[in-house]
Amino acid sequence: MFYRETGQFKTSYAADQQIFPIRQDRIGVVLLLIAAFVVMPLAASNYWFNAILIPFLIFSLAAIGLNILTGYAGQLSLGSAAFMAVGAYAAYNFQVRVEGMPILVSFMLAGLTSAGVGILFGLPSLRIKGFYLAVATLAAQFFIVWCLTKFPYLSNNSSSGVISVPGIEILGIKFDAPQERYLLVLAIVALLALVAKNMVRSTTGRAWMAVRDMDVAAEVIGIRLMRTKLLAFAISSFYCGVAGALYAFCYLGSVEPDGFSLDLSFKILFMIIVGGVGSILGSFLGAAFILLLPIFLDIFLPWLSALLQLPFDGATVSHIQLMVFGALIMFFLIVEPHGLARLWQIGKEKLRLWPFPH
Amino acid sequence: MQFFFEVLIGGLLSGIMYSLVALGFVLIFKASGVLNFAQGAMVYFAALSVVGCMEKGAPLWLALILAFAIMTLLGIATEKFVLRKMVNQTPIALFMATIGLSFFIEGLAPMLWGNEVRPLDIGIVDEPIPYILDSYNMVVSSFDLFAAGVAVALVAGLALFFQYTRVGRALRAVADDHQAALSIGIPLQHIWALVWAVAGFVALVAGMLWGSRNGVQYALTFTALKALPVLILGGFTSVPGAIVGGLIIGASEKLAEIYIPPVLAEVFGGNFGGIENWFPYVLALLFLLVRPEGLFGERHIDRV
Repeated sequence: MFYRETGQFKTSYAADQQIFPIRQDRIGVVLLLIAAFVVMPLAASNYWFNAILIPFLIFSLAAIGLNILTGYAGQLSLGSAAFMAVGAYAAYNFQVRVEGMPILVSFMLAGLTSAGVGILFGLPSLRIKGFYLAVATLAAQFFIVWCLTKFPYLSNNSSSGVISVPGIEILGIKFDAPQERYLLVLAIVALLALVAKNMVRSTTGRAWMAVRDMDVAAEVIGIRLMRTKLLAFAISSFYCGVAGALYAFCYLGSVEPDGFSLDLSFKILFMIIVGGVGSILGSFLGAAFILLLPIFLDIFLPWLSALLQLPFDGATVSHIQLMVFGALIMFFLIVEPHGLARLWQIGKEKLRLWPFPH
Repeated sequence: MQFFFEVLIGGLLSGIMYSLVALGFVLIFKASGVLNFAQGAMVYFAALSVVGCMEKGAPLWLALILAFAIMTLLGIATEKFVLRKMVNQTPIALFMATIGLSFFIEGLAPMLWGNEVRPLDIGIVDEPIPYILDSYNMVVSSFDLFAAGVAVALVAGLALFFQYTRVGRALRAVADDHQAALSIGIPLQHIWALVWAVAGFVALVAGMLWGSRNGVQYALTFTALKALPVLILGGFTSVPGAIVGGLIIGASEKLAEIYIPPVLAEVFGGNFGGIENWFPYVLALLFLLVRPEGLFGERHIDRV
């Protein structure tokens, strides 16, 4: 009743190609942005900023990065955390070594550095695919983390590669309080998400999807595979790199190479599986889900143990968490391979007709 | 030079252990086209089950049988609740599902048996063999030789099983072509459950050897990660490839660990240990560029 496009006529190509063709969607997005930019900073507490909102946004950005590579271009990567590490350390080095470097430029350069490394490790994808490529990205994961630990130059000679980032200052304004950091992250993530959304609707995005669906056919219709695949690696790594820089500068403040472990890579992979492979919205939904699930279990399990009169200790809770994660991944792959984003879409389809049956 | 050989032999023998894990991957991949990431978790689960049963008072042989039964059940359950529901999905989706499975098992195993590090004694002493130590002045552990013997026996047994038994023939038929196998009356789902049970058995053997070497602990699951480059070197579908690949990976990572860091330290200064953590992957990566199907792989990977 409220959500239908009856009477919304498209009279120009521009109107036909706009990013949100339905008026209600546009209103929804504007409301969401207002909520994120205005209501949240006023309403949320420091715990919310530090423990939920900031990591949520950062992981969403990393998930978008992985989704571009895995969901859109079809190249499975198990090394996204390593590219985040490259971004974090590159941003730190630009910030520390270059006098008066603006922080946003550092983030940008961090993304570009990460993109360069991404292209390097994407080169094998020209010869191999599938599992073989997944193993190749494992090489990136272990090699990069090792390099960051062992070459003292990369962490400005700190012991065992731990870096503590300097404070953030843009045009003389300091970004110290959680709200301010949140707003900075939000602005960057919103901008990059918009770019990603537009990119996947463009020629580039369609080329990625063509390569994903059948690379031989894609080549036959004139898509240059090498360029397309390497571009996917570069852009995906750019997003992961910026996410890594934000992770270090706006979320943790101090990171070590081992923090960007294979577990983090898997976590990001799980986000896109649960959220929706090949969907920008899915990256956000998946990040929220994977981030909130442990918090939910931490609250729910003690309650359950009290109810069932079973003593759960800390170890058991973490084991149950692993089991729930594993079971959920299998569940989503079996029941809804397109993840939460697909459920959202089904919901919208239903809403179009509601409350009428047809 | 003697030191070189000692490192080489040590590497080869530890490579045997990787081969054992890689073998489980190969079996399942051959029969069902699934790259089972959960193999490492299965190694952990199998070793924990043996230790757990022994703590409950069972003798070793009974614990082994019980653990094998548990692994078989796990295999059947996996086939029934996960793989059967995912027929017709892409191999990558199946691979991601096994990542989920490995998380599930990594949570389940310590829930059942506890998560503290425990020793596992299967009655083989881990000491240098005096004869070799005296005559060649090299340290070769009797345990490693035993592991090598087990691996050889296992591979020989599997080869005979695949070649000469009725079930083995059915397995090979399924591996060649699912549909053709179905149409001549081979029960696909039984075969899959069976192959998971066999992979469980291989995991049990690997778990026993690794567990008695390093203690039964969570780190056993990482063996799966090391087995992946082994597979790439040897080819995903080749049993001998898993063995040869394991030997190459084991030997080269130990040699790299000994000989590369001093060179790097001379150039850059500092400590460069831990090369063995990434060396197998980079080696596999370089190898892929030259020979994408692996040493013994049969399937042609279509490159574009």
